[in-house]
Amino acid sequence: MAISLTDAAADRVRTFLENRGKGLGLRLGVKTTGCSGLAYVLEFVDELQEGDTVFEHQDVKVIIDAKSLVYLDGTQLDFVKNGLNEGFEFTNPNQKDECGCGESFTV
Amino acid sequence: MALLQIAEPGQSTNPHEHKLAIGIDLGTTNSLVASVRSGQANVLPDAQGRYHLPSVVHYGANRTIDVGFDAKANAENDPENTIVSVKRFLGRGLKDINETYGKLPYTFVEKENTVNLLTSQGEKNPIQVSAEILYVLKTQAEQTLGGDLMGAVITVPAHFDDAQRQGTKDAAQLAGIKVLRLINEPTAAAVAYGLDSGQEGIVAIYDLGGGTFDISILRLNKGVFEVLSTGGDTALGGDDFDGKIVQRILANAGVTEELSAKSLRKLADLGRKIKEQLSDVDSVDFNIDIESQQLTGSFSKADFEAVIADLVKATLRSCRRALKDADVEKEQILEVVMVGGSTRVPYVREQVKAFFGKEPLTSIDPDQVVAIGASIQADLLVGNKPDSDMLLLDVTPLSLGLETMGGLVEKVIPRNTTIPVARAQEFTTYKDGQTMMAIHVLQGERELVDDCRSLARFVLKGIPPLTAGIAVIRVTFNIDADGLLSVTALEKSTGVESSIQVKPSYGLEQNEIADMITASMTNAKEDIQARMLREQQIDAVRMMEALETAMTEDNAIVLDEERVVIEQAIEQLKQATQGIDGQAIKQAIKNLDDTSQPFAARRMENSIKRALTGHSVDKV
Repeated sequence: MAISLTDAAADRVRTFLENRGKGLGLRLGVKTTGCSGLAYVLEFVDELQEGDTVFEHQDVKVIIDAKSLVYLDGTQLDFVKNGLNEGFEFTNPNQKDECGCGESFTV
Repeated sequence: MALLQIAEPGQSTNPHEHKLAIGIDLGTTNSLVASVRSGQANVLPDAQGRYHLPSVVHYGANRTIDVGFDAKANAENDPENTIVSVKRFLGRGLKDINETYGKLPYTFVEKENTVNLLTSQGEKNPIQVSAEILYVLKTQAEQTLGGDLMGAVITVPAHFDDAQRQGTKDAAQLAGIKVLRLINEPTAAAVAYGLDSGQEGIVAIYDLGGGTFDISILRLNKGVFEVLSTGGDTALGGDDFDGKIVQRILANAGVTEELSAKSLRKLADLGRKIKEQLSDVDSVDFNIDIESQQLTGSFSKADFEAVIADLVKATLRSCRRALKDADVEKEQILEVVMVGGSTRVPYVREQVKAFFGKEPLTSIDPDQVVAIGASIQADLLVGNKPDSDMLLLDVTPLSLGLETMGGLVEKVIPRNTTIPVARAQEFTTYKDGQTMMAIHVLQGERELVDDCRSLARFVLKGIPPLTAGIAVIRVTFNIDADGLLSVTALEKSTGVESSIQVKPSYGLEQNEIADMITASMTNAKEDIQARMLREQQIDAVRMMEALETAMTEDNAIVLDEERVVIEQAIEQLKQATQGIDGQAIKQAIKNLDDTSQPFAARRMENSIKRALTGHSVDKV
């Protein structure tokens, strides 16, 4: 099981954590919601929960709970710029379909 | 796929429900929009990577509306239709504008409460013009953040009065922006530096922009920012620094003839470039052609500092005055925050440091610091950071009150009360059978109506006709989080109600708020004397009226010799009331009270007798 960050994503996460002044790392997850069933979660982590798995990528800790890991295995997180908009993008091999806006997906 | 931002723990939002919020610095010269993304507050650049939008709107002949850089390019060719620095006109009357700014290239149309600007596309209200700027910022933010906005925090100068704040809010509404809150510019700057978290004390915000200088002294106390004093100069800024450089170059070159507008613009550009470069180097060489003359030479940092020294000194004089108004010593200042592009000039920083005896805060870009602070507050208000202890409250800049009998002001909400706030006060009727009451809402620190600013008037009708002093009218002042006031009057026995949303007709003149506060201090003694005199006069009139009514009603029980004495005392009091000696009136009132005492006692006895007649003792 593995999760990866692109260099751009790792750099950003590191900067955001430094600026925030606290936090162990970045939590990736999925939750059931949205028009197509599942949505991605992207949060700062202040404390670990039971059942969390911690991956480390270029000094950046990525934390995932056991349930989400099933849906996210093999996912790559990138930081991209799209016109004026910029943010994180998930590339998830488990994802079968997504809603028109791309904010929620099915596996 | 949509791009995501990192949320605080447990704060991830559902798809399409992201709590997007922005902070807007709606400036006189330039406007900026900022937002907190992945926990970081940043100014959002436009597609060309520019961080600021010139606050310029151009109404083209072919019904086009340009905003920002495109509009600014038109300022030369089409000045009448290019509205520059519209913020100066917001919430102001024509008289204020003419007095403050003199000759402007616009055709103003006077309206009841405001002015319109006549453009090739018809009359435009300053609120509409501001809305065009806000609309561009909002659209840019939506594109950048990838969704609809929940709302915005917009900053206004600390000295903005109700009319100007309401104008800003109306402009936002017109642009389709939900205003989460208006906050003061110096407060936003302090928030950007995190001065609101965990600190208590007094901070100074030194804001030197392109054309204006503002100094604000704020007190932080448990998340509340009190504006202790404001000061500054509406015609002193970085542009004047450029002007001084140009003057010196022309003087050195011995140029005395009148220059064309084109040459003046070229020189102004040169002045600005020299100023900017001198922040990094010690000397700048220049070479410029004007009117068939070539000016060459070099301008050193020392030359620059020599020409701007007086201007910088003038800002420090304003600082000293603001400290005095706030009744604060320099040593009490916890931090000095630098705002505005002109605070990049090293000499300005040195002088401010020397004046306050403290290294000023300069780590955040001084052009962006206000927008950044606003965005941090906006992020908080939409609930993206729930466990934050940073609860920012604002305060009323001036006291709010009502006119009472005799032209006195009864303060309902005192200055520096934290908002939102609601305060009620009960009033009563002054005359027998009174069925209406005029409510006159005033703003200011002085005791007499004439010295305060009138905000609104309305009439409560349908009060049941009762003896004076029996009806109870409850007047409630309600100020929302943006500092906007609504006033409600309610007669308690009948439930008759009347209310008004205060939208004052004219803006206060630029420094009027500060002047009003100082005036209340310098005139405190006279004001109290004036108040006492008026109060005595009112008491006197009320007493005479009551006594005359009583004597007519109970004519039979007035003894003849008594009548003479009482009438004499009334006459005395009448004369005293004409004068301005409060003490004499007080004495005459007491005299009348004493002489009429036996009559009053007999009257009381009679009425008790009347009341008791026909009732058996055990029922009493």
